[in-house]
Amino acid sequence: MLKDLFGKRKKYATIPNHQAKTDVPEGLMQKCDGCHKIFYRKEMKKNLNVCPNCGHHHPLLAWDRIECLFDMESFQEWDKDLITSNPLQFPGYDEKMEKDRLKTGLNEGVITGKGFIDGQPAAVAVMDSSFRMGSMGSVIGEKIARAIENAREESLPFIIFAASGGARMQEGVLSLMQMTKTSIAIKRFSDAGGLMISVMTHPTTGGVSASFASLGDYNFAEPGALIGFAGRRIIEQTIREKLPDDFQTAEFQLKHGQLDKVVHRQEMKTLFITLLDMHKEGGEIS
Amino acid sequence: MKQVMEFEKPIVNLKEKIAELKNFTKDSEIDLSEEISTLEKRLSVLEDDIYGNLKPWQRVQMARHQDRPTTLDYIEKLFRNFIEFHGDRLFGDDEAIVAGIAYYKDRPVTVIGHQRGKDTKENIRRNFGMPHPEGYRKALRHMKQAEKFNRPIICFIDTKGAYPGKAAEERGQSEAIARNLMEMAGLKVPIICIVIGEGGSGGALALGVGDHIHMLENSTYSVISPEGAAALLWKDSGLAQKAAETMKITSYDLKQLKVIDNIIPEPKGGAHRDLEQQADYMDHVIEQSLSMLKEYTPEELLEKRWEKYKQIGDFTTL
Ligand SMILES: [Zn+2]
Repeated sequence: MLKDLFGKRKKYATIPNHQAKTDVPEGLMQKCDGCHKIFYRKEMKKNLNVCPNCGHHHPLLAWDRIECLFDMESFQEWDKDLITSNPLQFPGYDEKMEKDRLKTGLNEGVITGKGFIDGQPAAVAVMDSSFRMGSMGSVIGEKIARAIENAREESLPFIIFAASGGARMQEGVLSLMQMTKTSIAIKRFSDAGGLMISVMTHPTTGGVSASFASLGDYNFAEPGALIGFAGRRIIEQTIREKLPDDFQTAEFQLKHGQLDKVVHRQEMKTLFITLLDMHKEGGEIS
Repeated sequence: MKQVMEFEKPIVNLKEKIAELKNFTKDSEIDLSEEISTLEKRLSVLEDDIYGNLKPWQRVQMARHQDRPTTLDYIEKLFRNFIEFHGDRLFGDDEAIVAGIAYYKDRPVTVIGHQRGKDTKENIRRNFGMPHPEGYRKALRHMKQAEKFNRPIICFIDTKGAYPGKAAEERGQSEAIARNLMEMAGLKVPIICIVIGEGGSGGALALGVGDHIHMLENSTYSVISPEGAAALLWKDSGLAQKAAETMKITSYDLKQLKVIDNIIPEPKGGAHRDLEQQADYMDHVIEQSLSMLKEYTPEELLEKRWEKYKQIGDFTTL
């Protein structure tokens, strides 16, 4: 049966890397994580990995997000070659990183750079949860902080797509300190009048949610995204209480006043274009 | 009676033996002064050996010791006329964080710190020193006030972490922490942070952005507790001891990683053995920090703060 055929597979096969992704026929079909219906992968992809049936937002690779957001060939990547030095000499860390570099074709869990969105310039940082769960270590903190500094120096608006399970354990307290580094960069950027838009995608938790992801002038989220500080299991163990199903979803955060808006992936670009335009002249009172 | 940690048992046993002998000689004619003096010498060597070579896991136990002095203990020793102020003006008052103003020597300062309880009852009131968003927002309110009135800020860090609870999430634990990080970056007054016990993750960091970061010798600062790290990395919280070593969480590790500026020594056997002495060491450091930092203009202060944090982290290029 078709169901059995797909049941054993990973529900969402990983695509090896940016270059190769178009010519690898691996996994012709894809099962929706929301309604469990099966679709042609092509069809799902055309729909930006949003289920045509139930609207479930599946993760989007960082490059795919950049591709659908920026004007053709306008994107310039920054700091592509930064990689971890395994600062704590953590056993097994180098191997894990190498594995994910091969698996994703990325050097780290974030891509930063600048380009044009419908003709309007913007700097961006896009996290990719397929790379070590988007966990934040020194490189991610550094790349994001540099991107914000670049945006400040070039007077560009800054857009960030967060996707992270939290801190990179293998870099210990250095990963914690990236929260500070990025937050100070945002303070400097904000004081200079810069516009920052944050989009929390599934999942945005831990140290990333407790730093730059929450510090946009506008904080958005994709539908259904898991957003929160502490993990559900830890909270349940602490308070000895079962949490409601919708706990820490984007919709839950919106209801509790923690978000400006939950935005469907297909409407994101249009919203950006409007917002960028509205902030273009720095406002006027008359 | 202080709680005895496993690794200091040989010291305690020897001390008891010496006390016994001393007691015995009091009511007898026999002279044991030579034996006692030998044992005391041995004790001194033993103490140096054990306390002078603490393993990371032993320091974790020190940092968590039930008698370890808390923020309010240090406030009482270091400052004059401390007036505690309550509430975040948004939701409530979180007693896991204390905040107020006081005199340090002759100058008014703002003092903020995590506050654990001394016993179960107080711990329940203070939520074991694990703040909710209103705690961080209260702290920020006081920091802004410090900036307005041009007072230096002194923060004491001592928490297992921000509270992982339902209400905390609903009220925006993430945002509260993030906001503090961002706003502390821009405060135009000197900020001195001292880690006095456990510096647990984002919940510690939210009071921890400053110009000088000091750490008591036996305190810890980490992204996750050793138990949490062990469970996450090796699926076995029993490997906490190993995690304490691998994760680099002691004051010496953090100094080397340039996350902190300075280690404040502790009296032999830990801060809880001699609060007076500990406060003296801290007094010296605060005085020094304040006199260094007052030389900077607000602009220089902020620039240096950024420079300092910008450099934390390590990476290479392909
Ligand atoms: Zn579906």
